[in-house]
Amino acid sequence: MCGIVGLYLKGTRLRPELGRLFTPMLVEMTDRGPDSAGFAIYHEPAERGFIKITAFHPDPAFEWEALCDHIRVEFNATVRDTHNGSHAVITSDAEPAGTVALIEGFESRLQIMSSGELIEIYKETGLPQDVADQFGLSGMQGSHVVGHTRMATESAVTTAGSHPFSTGLDLCLVHNGSLSNHNGIREHLRTHKGMHFKTENDTEVAAAYISDRLSDGRSLHGALEDCLEDLDGFYTFVAGTKDGFAVLRDPIACKPAVLAETDDYVAFASEYRAFVDLPNIAHAKVWEPEPETVYSWGEQA
Amino acid sequence: MDIQNITVLDLEEMSLREANVALQADNGSGRSRPLRVLNPKGAHALACGLDAPLDIEIEGHTGYFCAGMNKQARVTINGNAGQGVAENMMSGEIWVKGDASQSAGATANGGLLVIEGNASARCGISLKGGDIVVKGNVGHMSCFMAQAGRVVVLGDAGNALGDSLYETRIYVRGKVAGLGADCIEKEMRDEHRDELRELLDRAGCNGVDVSEFTRYGSARQLYNFKIENVSAY
Repeated sequence: MCGIVGLYLKGTRLRPELGRLFTPMLVEMTDRGPDSAGFAIYHEPAERGFIKITAFHPDPAFEWEALCDHIRVEFNATVRDTHNGSHAVITSDAEPAGTVALIEGFESRLQIMSSGELIEIYKETGLPQDVADQFGLSGMQGSHVVGHTRMATESAVTTAGSHPFSTGLDLCLVHNGSLSNHNGIREHLRTHKGMHFKTENDTEVAAAYISDRLSDGRSLHGALEDCLEDLDGFYTFVAGTKDGFAVLRDPIACKPAVLAETDDYVAFASEYRAFVDLPNIAHAKVWEPEPETVYSWGEQA
Repeated sequence: MDIQNITVLDLEEMSLREANVALQADNGSGRSRPLRVLNPKGAHALACGLDAPLDIEIEGHTGYFCAGMNKQARVTINGNAGQGVAENMMSGEIWVKGDASQSAGATANGGLLVIEGNASARCGISLKGGDIVVKGNVGHMSCFMAQAGRVVVLGDAGNALGDSLYETRIYVRGKVAGLGADCIEKEMRDEHRDELRELLDRAGCNGVDVSEFTRYGSARQLYNFKIENVSAY
């Protein structure tokens, strides 16, 4: 099953309220996915030359400061960290790929959730309300946010197996469905593109596929069009980039999807009921996205 | 709450179950009365299992299976309907003023489902005798394995229309992206023009010219096992 939700604000007016508007959307999808929840939020841009890396460690006593010191020494970098539950956002002016590799090698239980100028991904096992509360989602500001409530089918109920997945700078993907050819694509991306995978999850493969297309110069819109050629299985995807938001359903349209649009926002959900608390929803254009059709918003989409 | 003899059920003030209990209270009584449901908020399984000639207006978008298993009641949804609206309807009328999601009217045995907007995939799947009029388009795999009843589409139809069709008659005014297995275009005879006219009238489509429609039906080639296929088993 699984529930997916997304909210993309067109202007700046509602940005202070992004988390408050989005939290009930995520929580409403609890019936569709009570095992774990997560969200990718785009906010608080890192200053020029810096990058934000969101990382997770299951041990509350983990010493993030020791990790930051390690980055400082290794790269002679300026490093800051802010903590949020089991996650920390490490902002650094060190070279991104090297920093990511350094963090991943620092301690085996340390996992990187996302990296980029704007993106932060938070995800945990447990009910969506608990996950939202744990990270203070309702108080967060930002331009867009994509979330997922998971009912696990393809792989274990773990933090790493929760969505969203991110495999490139400022990219996130959530997925409702199950892919049938992800093993082949994973192998292809590993062998021919040198990509690394952290889980056995099918969605991580789709995210890696999209980031590979983006790195080849495709737009987010174009990368999702490519998915129709190469990915097999059931999927409703919602993807985010620094300033893009896009939706795609497979040709069979097996998994539900509904979009709502006003002058202020674009909202996506697995079911309409996730929209009911959004402002002006009574006058929004509400429709079901067509199968095999990419819908995208934003400059980079 | 009653306003001018209209019973109002507000889902801001009562639970979905309380609303459904109130809607089903007249089942079997033959009682006819008007009701309004406010703030449905996309709730699932609203106004299901009714069995009385009620006149119900739902003010807003509904979730899955709205007015499922309906008998006798006339239910109007002033909004969009989620998956499976009017599924397994036995009699009565369901009007969707907006769009309907997937599997609208699935397995309906009787009654009339009118969708003023578009219906998405699998509209009228396994239809068993009900009638469906869609004023917009229908999505792919509509009328899949549909057995009886009539489906009228004033707009276009998606891929694989009428796949593995039995005896449902399909009338489409617009383009058909593709026909499913064993579904073929058929001749429009007077009896078909008459039944199409009657269905359009019941759906409030006055002034629509029946000659603009094409009839589709079963080629009846998949009905029986063919002995030459025995080697496949």
